[in-house]
Amino acid sequence: MTPPEQAGPHPGMPTYLGMPSFPVAAKTAVADSQLRRNLAHATHTIRVKRAGAVGELADWQELRAAAKAIKDHTLAHLDTYLVRLEQNVTKAGGHVHWAQDAAEANAIVAGLVRAAGADRVVKVKSMATQETGLNEALAADGIGALETDLAELIVQLGHDLPSHILVPAIHKNRAEIREIFLREMPDAPPDLTDDPRMLAAAARAHLRQAFLSAQVGVSGANFAIAETGSLVVVESEGNGRMCVTLPQTLISVVGIEKILPTWRDLEVFLALLPRSSTAERMNPYTSIWTGVTPGDGPADFHLVLLDNGRTTALADQIGRQALRCIRCSACLNVCPVYERTGGHAYGSPYPGPIGAIISPQLRGISSPVDASLPFASTLCGACYEVCPVAINIPEALVYLRGKVVDAKREKHFSPERTVFHASGLVLRSPALLAAAQRAAAVGGRLVARSGRIRRLPPPLSGWTDTRDAPAPPPESFRAWWARTRGSQPRGSRPRRSRR
Amino acid sequence: MSPGSMSPGSMSSAREQILARIRAAAGAGAAGGGPSGADVDAAYAALPREYLRAHHHQDITDLFAERAADYRAVVERVTQAGLVHAIARVLTDRAAEVAAASFVVPAGVPAEWLAELPASITLTNDTPPLLAAELDRSAGVLTACAVAIAETGTIILDHGPGQGRRALTLLPDFHLVVVGSDQVAADLADAFARLDPARPHTLISGPSATSDIELIRVEGVHGPRNLHVLLVAKT
Repeated sequence: MTPPEQAGPHPGMPTYLGMPSFPVAAKTAVADSQLRRNLAHATHTIRVKRAGAVGELADWQELRAAAKAIKDHTLAHLDTYLVRLEQNVTKAGGHVHWAQDAAEANAIVAGLVRAAGADRVVKVKSMATQETGLNEALAADGIGALETDLAELIVQLGHDLPSHILVPAIHKNRAEIREIFLREMPDAPPDLTDDPRMLAAAARAHLRQAFLSAQVGVSGANFAIAETGSLVVVESEGNGRMCVTLPQTLISVVGIEKILPTWRDLEVFLALLPRSSTAERMNPYTSIWTGVTPGDGPADFHLVLLDNGRTTALADQIGRQALRCIRCSACLNVCPVYERTGGHAYGSPYPGPIGAIISPQLRGISSPVDASLPFASTLCGACYEVCPVAINIPEALVYLRGKVVDAKREKHFSPERTVFHASGLVLRSPALLAAAQRAAAVGGRLVARSGRIRRLPPPLSGWTDTRDAPAPPPESFRAWWARTRGSQPRGSRPRRSRR
Repeated sequence: MSPGSMSPGSMSSAREQILARIRAAAGAGAAGGGPSGADVDAAYAALPREYLRAHHHQDITDLFAERAADYRAVVERVTQAGLVHAIARVLTDRAAEVAAASFVVPAGVPAEWLAELPASITLTNDTPPLLAAELDRSAGVLTACAVAIAETGTIILDHGPGQGRRALTLLPDFHLVVVGSDQVAADLADAFARLDPARPHTLISGPSATSDIELIRVEGVHGPRNLHVLLVAKT
């Protein structure tokens, strides 16, 4: 697919420009049977494995409760912990920068890259820099950014957009990935097959020279430890180790909510994160560094602390729980909506259930896609159940729905509101209700096909565009009760005395 | 302050604005804040931690061997007396496999570990530091480790003596690591308590891998594609 253009210079998080509201984008996605097969296969595989990895720990719920408590405590004292982190990073020889929004963060990074005399950077997969649109901002400054995570590389080479937090190319299967490599990777072996092993080897060969000659690395971080000034990057392939070890300059862009109070807290979060995300007891590689270490790794380390809407979410008592998120993506993998639509329909670097509550908070609810995201859910609660930091996503979704409706109420005439107003009048009057039900029985028969109403004329089409309704029965319950008093052929019903 | 950063004025204003917004957010900073905030530390100390310090208490070494092997590391159990011979055998086999005989051995690896190496094997130390390209061309690297975690099959390097700087165990395609039984911690809590946060650390659980294609785990991407563990029994 051709990715929608990303927004140009924008102080906040880029909305993918031209992104329609969720139901419109979802309709296209759901019609793509290849996409649905790829997603169903991947999400079902990981669901089963995750359940196994989590089931192995008898104290999963206690770990989850501890993680939630640690994160809530940290968010309640975020100023204290950020200042502590800043002090300890500085003490260990690093530099700390503060960015209020995406534009500030991108400008800081571009300035640091230029100061290092470089015109390209190697990047570890990072949600924070996806959020700020860093690659596009650097490109506008004449700086090339090379994504080194395999899935990010697939997305970058395919001129595509990420569709999953952990596996950004989850919407592509092996055959499609092979085609992208053959088309876009000049050094891809001509006899490349779609064997995942061979595809991974091709990526290794393709990126090797870039790693060896890189001057500047850009990363995010999974955790930042206030007590020690340590940063933690969790990964699988070793591209993260390359990016945080080999270049002379390392720049880490980290959301202010990524902070943990102490070193000890890693015993909780490193138990929860790998099992929730890749269903492993532990991911292959975790890098932890504290400032700079003479003779080992980068000589110049910069931490960019990113707000970009997080303090707005923090001020919201219900919305702030989204800031506990550790980006494991377990909620995406269990979501019946995500499984069918994929990540692109969410119009944000953060797709799935967590994206549906993070994006509208970080970006506001003024765009059609952000206003539609809180409704992109069946509220089944599977996301809450698997969340390792116990974010009550359904609660937050319902709350955000309320905010969207309130915002609409202030502005527009709403057919929905008119209908509900009329329903209120009818439901208050037994006589009106009986009349309405008789009318519905007749009217419903006229528009229904095979017992379902599939399409109503505007303004009622808003209801039937995305769902069928059952045709009203020929007789309402109240009418049936009035006629029979509930009596059935004798013997089929226990006798009951009349009140 | 580095030359590339924003001007001090705008930086400090971003910093002050963010901190002010945090303090304004309801409930935040209510305890008075400040980097020394003893009340914050007291609240932190009172947080619930009802999870287990360890999930296994017996046969920790066996558990480590089993779980490291689960992630496709080659794990061999050796005695203290058999270690030297095992190192020689493993490096010789590797040299034959890749038709290269130059191994990297960081400072601090005990000299007796290398006592039985055949003359065909050449060793390179990292003094002066090897170029990345030289590390990339080597046949492999031999190191010690700091701590291991049984529950997860993880090896932790703190890049101290016998382990080398981080690039040494990253660029060679083969990593032979010696783990002493007394270095094996039962679980994460014990392992992290043994480490010094000021040092750089690398946690290694099997060879490099990816799940990026159809969420299927494939071993072997950028880090060493071969991880060989010699687990030394207590004497």
